[in-house]
Amino acid sequence: MFKILQNTLRAGIVTVPYPDQPALISEQFRGRPEFDFERWQDARPAAEVCPTGAIQVQDRALAGQTGLSRQVTIDYGLCIYCGLCAEASPEAVRVTRDFELAAQDRDALFAIAEYGLTPDGTHAHLVSHSPWGAAGYHLTETIHKVLGRSLAIRQVDAGSCNGCELEIAALSTPVHDLERFGIHFVASPRHADMLLVTGPVTRNMELALRKTYAATPDPKVVVAVGACGISGGIFGKNYASLGGVDGVIPVDVYIPGCPPRPEALIHGILLAVGRLGG
Amino acid sequence: MPPTTHFPLFDDLREKFPDLAAALLSVSADQASIALSGPDIRPISTWLESEFGARLAAVFAEDRVAVEGVFYNHYVFECPPDPCYLLFQAPVPAGDPRFPSLAAEHPAVNWQEREIQDWFGLEASGHPNPRRVALHDNWPEVHPLLKDFPLDCVLAPFLGERHVYRPTLGEGVFQIPVGPVHAGIIEPGHFNFAVAGEPILYLQLRMFYTHKGAEKLFEAMPIDRCVFLAESISGDSAFSHGTAFCQAIERAAEIEVPFRAHVIRTVLLELERVYNHIADIGAIAMDVGFMVGNAHAGRLREMVMRLNEGLTGSRLLRGMVCVGGVRRPWSLAQRDLLRDTLLVVEREFNDLVAMIKASDSTRDRLDRTGILRPEIAKALGIVGVGGRASGIDLDVRRDHPYAAYSRYQFRVPVYNAGDVLHRMQVRIDEVAESLDLLRAATADLTVLITDQHGPCCARPRPIPPDCCALSAVEGWRGEILHWVRTAPGNRLERCKIKDPSVNNWPALVEAVQGNIIADFPVINKSFNLSYSGTDR
Repeated sequence: MFKILQNTLRAGIVTVPYPDQPALISEQFRGRPEFDFERWQDARPAAEVCPTGAIQVQDRALAGQTGLSRQVTIDYGLCIYCGLCAEASPEAVRVTRDFELAAQDRDALFAIAEYGLTPDGTHAHLVSHSPWGAAGYHLTETIHKVLGRSLAIRQVDAGSCNGCELEIAALSTPVHDLERFGIHFVASPRHADMLLVTGPVTRNMELALRKTYAATPDPKVVVAVGACGISGGIFGKNYASLGGVDGVIPVDVYIPGCPPRPEALIHGILLAVGRLGG
Repeated sequence: MPPTTHFPLFDDLREKFPDLAAALLSVSADQASIALSGPDIRPISTWLESEFGARLAAVFAEDRVAVEGVFYNHYVFECPPDPCYLLFQAPVPAGDPRFPSLAAEHPAVNWQEREIQDWFGLEASGHPNPRRVALHDNWPEVHPLLKDFPLDCVLAPFLGERHVYRPTLGEGVFQIPVGPVHAGIIEPGHFNFAVAGEPILYLQLRMFYTHKGAEKLFEAMPIDRCVFLAESISGDSAFSHGTAFCQAIERAAEIEVPFRAHVIRTVLLELERVYNHIADIGAIAMDVGFMVGNAHAGRLREMVMRLNEGLTGSRLLRGMVCVGGVRRPWSLAQRDLLRDTLLVVEREFNDLVAMIKASDSTRDRLDRTGILRPEIAKALGIVGVGGRASGIDLDVRRDHPYAAYSRYQFRVPVYNAGDVLHRMQVRIDEVAESLDLLRAATADLTVLITDQHGPCCARPRPIPPDCCALSAVEGWRGEILHWVRTAPGNRLERCKIKDPSVNNWPALVEAVQGNIIADFPVINKSFNLSYSGTDR
């Protein structure tokens, strides 16, 4: 008993101060890749190497003009943060340490750029671009009033590789300690305010996910976790996978990452119940 | 194909089974591939076991109907301590798609043979329980790994037909269905318990809830992308599965991996073992109520995961391994981070173990709980941690050295007690061995980093088509096997993944019998098998 106490006292307080203070993350951490659209000469090499197709290139003829235009779409909800695009296009793509990517709208996770093309297919000029933006979270007042304080989460693995579960489990360690926010994991959807769902949703988990959603009392929020939970990730849609969670049940907040680090999960969960920024 | 050289065992096979042993396909230091003339491998299997104590490690099929007019069943044997895996390729005619089942004598391949039935529609004749395993009962009559089945096929909504469990009968005997959505933060699966009061009479399992078409998907992606798919087979074994896949390609295409990459891979494979074992030791303590042990283990695991991030940019070691080596070299600062973190982890780990061992009530709950007897473990073909706690002395790192393992000394802990306490003890011993091994590897890194000589990845080049290779990695759970046949255009014709969990689920069924249901969570955690690795 004395030994246990001694160990615990020696360890001291290990809980990280996030989100009150910036997260302590390694220099090496690969967060959101940032695209310098002005300087990007050619999007094709990055699109070519992207393992999940999160960078899409679509060339088309300009109406009434000669030459081609190119639309480049970057989907942060499909990105697995491998950094290959930055290796393929070092002049325009930089891996940042940005991990606070959670968004309420699926559309906010896209960045789109439009280019005019030279005959060899490289970019002649940037026509327009709309950056990604997780801005404008609008919360219904009921949700904030009912769920804005103590929150009960039921986690549902709808087909994940278990990577997201490891990071969700890390929220219960003394280091991340989700309970300090009055948030705890519960054993049944009937006790839950929030479903934290990982994916891709498999054909074999579809019914279980629908039943779990139905068993959760209203008002409830659903958070889709990870590239697979948002979009199907590297598995996409196939004979056994239905892709992202929002193809099966309505989703309120999306947390990108492969998997999202624990601080990113905290950020997304607090965002979902309107508790970020005081 | 590499030039076929002389292989003494093949001569013996030719002499004993002249009608069956058709040709020697390839031989290398770690694997030999032999073609059979028919589907019946039973006489060879019996002979290999009686003569060499061979173990049947995996069985899987391949659709070669369009190219060669037949299906192949592939059988993988190992004969410890011989480091050479024996692969047999047995043709199953497309016109008569049946093969003799080995499951009655080898319960280890019970599920694997049923997978062949589900994926390819081949019939395992004489199988003791030929029901579906991978495709649930409500799926239509499809066989997704057939070449003419499209990956993106949209199947109509599933209706009706529920799985029939063995009935739970008798006065005072109750059925407790659990899952697929569990109470904790774990993966989905269904457990159907029959209990008489508190003791468990028997447990029936139903898996494959997280089946997401991975093996089919490998056939649709360029090889470089497949590496990321391999990392997503089982998230806690991302680096082991990623390495197993890359090794398979490297062996198939005869790519020479630089020594520096071998050392980096070895370090990361061991870090994966360390962070998972620490988490499991904590979770076992927690499942019997010793929460403070889990809190310290969680803290310690976080230290290792931060180290992972400092070394690879990912807490789960993703995005580091690639075909030919590793994607990024390490700096001296990263070497220092590794060395310094290991010192702290070692000290803290010893404290954690001392704390858990000093708790009599914890020991009381773990000792003789969930016993898997060695003879049953052997019959079921159990591998990894669960096997070593029940007398199965197997470890791919020692038996079939890969990466830089042949350079380092480590002990493989083996116990015969087979209970939860010893499955925890195997993990405790393995963490200690890993930390020693990591220290030795860190010394090698110092030389490799300061010398700055040599790349950390072989130069990329096209992968030749129609090359086959097996690759094995001792993941923290146990033996991971990947087998590939390459296709033109840097693609794959077939990729078979065998996670150790596929072997070990039946061990859980045996180990829980007679235990009280309240001990199920800790028994389950003491095996801690991968659902996603099983289901793919």
